[in-house]
Amino acid sequence: MIVSRRETVVGRVLLIVLMLVTVVPFVSLFVTALHEPGTYPSGLEWPETPYWSNFVDAFQAANMGALLWSSVLIEIGVVPVALLIATLAGFALGHLRPPGHRVIFLTFLLGLTLPFQAVIVPLYYQMRDLGLLNTRWAIILPLIGLYMPFAVMWMRAHFVNMPEDLSEAARIDGAGTWKLFTRIHLPLSTPALSSLGILMFLWTWNQFLLAVVLVSDPTRRTMAGALGAFQGQWGTNVPLLCAGSLLILTPTLIVFLIFQRQFVTALMQGALKG
Amino acid sequence: MSATRTTGTSGVRGAVGTTSHSQEDRRRALRARRLRRGWVALGLVVPAAVAYAVFVLRPLALTVQYSFYKWNGVTESTWVGLDNYTRLLGDARMLGSIGNALQLIVYFSFIPVILGLLAAATIRKFATSRLALVSRTVLFLPQVIPLVAAGIMWTWLLATDGLVNELMRAIGLGGVTRAWLGDTNTALPAVGVIGAWVALGLCLILLLAGMSKIDPALYEAARIDGAGAVREFFSITLPSVRQEVGVAVTVTVISALAAFDIVYISTQGGPANSTMVPGLEIYYLGFFSREVGQASALAVVFMALVLAVVLPIQRLTREDAR
Repeated sequence: MIVSRRETVVGRVLLIVLMLVTVVPFVSLFVTALHEPGTYPSGLEWPETPYWSNFVDAFQAANMGALLWSSVLIEIGVVPVALLIATLAGFALGHLRPPGHRVIFLTFLLGLTLPFQAVIVPLYYQMRDLGLLNTRWAIILPLIGLYMPFAVMWMRAHFVNMPEDLSEAARIDGAGTWKLFTRIHLPLSTPALSSLGILMFLWTWNQFLLAVVLVSDPTRRTMAGALGAFQGQWGTNVPLLCAGSLLILTPTLIVFLIFQRQFVTALMQGALKG
Repeated sequence: MSATRTTGTSGVRGAVGTTSHSQEDRRRALRARRLRRGWVALGLVVPAAVAYAVFVLRPLALTVQYSFYKWNGVTESTWVGLDNYTRLLGDARMLGSIGNALQLIVYFSFIPVILGLLAAATIRKFATSRLALVSRTVLFLPQVIPLVAAGIMWTWLLATDGLVNELMRAIGLGGVTRAWLGDTNTALPAVGVIGAWVALGLCLILLLAGMSKIDPALYEAARIDGAGAVREFFSITLPSVRQEVGVAVTVTVISALAAFDIVYISTQGGPANSTMVPGLEIYYLGFFSREVGQASALAVVFMALVLAVVLPIQRLTREDAR
């Protein structure tokens, strides 16, 4: 294709401007984090003496070690279970198609556009009655349920698109449903599973509402929920708040940069299917 | 599928010469197996269905039920019929929150989608260059971080001495500088800017992916016919990415209506409720003023609102895709 040079230059400049707009808030956060605690630094000014100790202080003030551990525990509670039960349901609804599978699937779809705020009040009382308020279970259990509409839809779409011939051949060779699932379908589902896993990991890590409402102890929350508490506590000490925010962001950023290709693909597919 | 196979097999067996009696047995066995497989399949759905029923459907039903009661969460609740709904219709704060959510659609959805369209159309021509590949990672950053973090960053950028005001002073707009999130006239647009910043990268990359699927021959034909860039955009690019536009609009509209994290962090709904949104108002009503019934009524209206806005968009894109 013939592309005029002028157009390419305009496009490149535009792209660089957009990237700058995206990155500058991060840079500002970083620069501010290096200022003297308690001051109100302006703009993107590099401090005369960078206070690297802010990061240490914020680490201790936010109890970062405990926060990380809490988020990891919540992830372990949510993601594998949600993946497993969504895969089983998706396989049943997409491949085995028992009587009534349409109605069941439509019922799941009902919850697809549901904002969490719509159910947060009854969820609170439900968790209170179960005696789970202020425990990690109060975040883990509802999240598994709330992810089901998307996760089941995602896995069902995957199994619907699997070629029938494959399962047919396995059936003729005498494979039962279980064997068919574990030997044929599961190994072929790795891309769909890993994308869904990444999405649910990210949503859990960044979950704020459930953490704020159902768990009052920041060290039992998700990272995002803990950040909310940190802001409440240190909101007036801007450099320390910025340092804490950066620390809380770092694990996500590291994971993102390592798995960036998978993340971008997963988020794009997630948006397209949702 | 399994039905065609069973008749096929029994047909072959019949031709080989089995008696009609054993054929009848066989058919019964097959039917039994299919039935059993159906039960197995339903059994596989059970764990997901239970999780969904207990933590989504049940609270959903309870929200509707609570909305007809007056309850403070502790003492006995009293049936009040539609009172909570009529009160909602006469309450400036609750109605205002719905109006604000609708207004946020402009910032969270329309602006990033339109900007994304224009930028993607310009970038399309070198979408495979190294710069474009790096930009994919960079532009996705706001999607990966918690919205809470985006809120904290931007609260600082939009503050009186923040970078935004500093830049404005530098280009001679010192007269309009203010605490953007603290002024009743600018707080909602300022919250909107944060949402637009978060959504822009996703929209841009989604649309760019859609545009990369367009056959380049179309553009060449247009060029030969003497079409300019504008004409090209409206007659080739835009129609080809309708579906992607639909997706981007749906996702961002839901994020606008359901805004919570960003508002909670940056303004808490203030000043003077100018940035109050339904999600936050439900939270305040339900957990601070302990008006559980009223919070639930607002939640029901809120859900209906989301469906009323999202379903038509879905229908439009479905028809366009055809």
